[in-house]
Amino acid sequence: MVKKLLSLFLAFAKIGVLTFGGGLTMLPLLTREIVAKRKWATEEQLLDYYAVGQCTPGIIAVNTATFIGYSQAGVMGGIFATVGMVTPSLIIIIAVAAVLQQFMEYQIVASALMGIRAVVCALLMHTVITLARKSLVDIIAAMIFIIGIVLSFVFDVTPILTVIVGAVIGILINKFREARDK
Amino acid sequence: MTFLHLFWEFFKIGLFAVGGGPATIPFLSKLANSDYGWFTPTQLADMIAISESTPGPIGVNMATYAGYNAGYREMGLVGGILGGITATAGLVVPSIIVIILIAGFLKSFSENKYVKSAFYGIRPIVTAIVLFAVYGIVSQTYYQNGAFAWQVIIISIIAFALMFIKKLKKLHPAFWLALGAVTGIILKL
Repeated sequence: MVKKLLSLFLAFAKIGVLTFGGGLTMLPLLTREIVAKRKWATEEQLLDYYAVGQCTPGIIAVNTATFIGYSQAGVMGGIFATVGMVTPSLIIIIAVAAVLQQFMEYQIVASALMGIRAVVCALLMHTVITLARKSLVDIIAAMIFIIGIVLSFVFDVTPILTVIVGAVIGILINKFREARDK
Repeated sequence: MTFLHLFWEFFKIGLFAVGGGPATIPFLSKLANSDYGWFTPTQLADMIAISESTPGPIGVNMATYAGYNAGYREMGLVGGILGGITATAGLVVPSIIVIILIAGFLKSFSENKYVKSAFYGIRPIVTAIVLFAVYGIVSQTYYQNGAFAWQVIIISIIAFALMFIKKLKKLHPAFWLALGAVTGIILKL
């Protein structure tokens, strides 16, 4: 049992180190490590975990790690896999943050960061375009999007409440469609 | 007390950020603009840059970084380390609970009509709240200290346009960020 938990921790720590970006970029790596090498899941199961990981709250990579860990060794397995997944982030980010803080006052670092911020804006705008392409699939989705825009830009509603509104609208629309089709 | 508060705020993010890394940005942006003083909107832009160009899932990286900044303000380096761990723990605990709860009826969960229809509504909403957060970050980067930062705006728009080119699209974000750093140093921004 201890050996299993340790190997779950190590496998996901390795995936955490080798993943840049999370989400879908992680899939080839998961397939190699989890399906081919360790045989903890079939490719089909992995895709199922992934699909559910995308429609449950939280970070997709973490959700998938919890799933595989839980399937292998129960609750403790889920916890060990998840802790393994986040440990590289904890170490690397804290190290980078601590080092960066020491150099913040140098003009050259400040200039570099200003250039980086300009590029971050460009990347973020592309993120929005990608999300829009995937989520605005029909006219009703576009209308829900506009409701979200009004709630956040005009009424400054918190993201949590806006997400809840979206879920309620989705369920109501489904009810309406069912009633209409009867 | 800050750490408990930090855990709670990231617990809420873990519970309501649906769709992975980018979906956490609206929540972080809300925190940056709150009166907690944990981190500024400018720091948020830096956090996004570093989270995209270091290993690990972006959402986890951003939580660790945000927690570090928040803890550092309280008690220096040790506070930063504790803050990073606290925020990350807060972020993943909801995932662990939710996944373990639904693991038993995995297939029926994702095919459940309520789950499906809720997500039909949530997806466009996530796009809207991410757009709102991005608008905040972009406007604060373009307009600094009471004036438009023209050089930053021009670099940003050129980068945005270049990213539409098919061959360049595949390049890793870290490449673009490095290019931004070099441009910033050359132009002495």
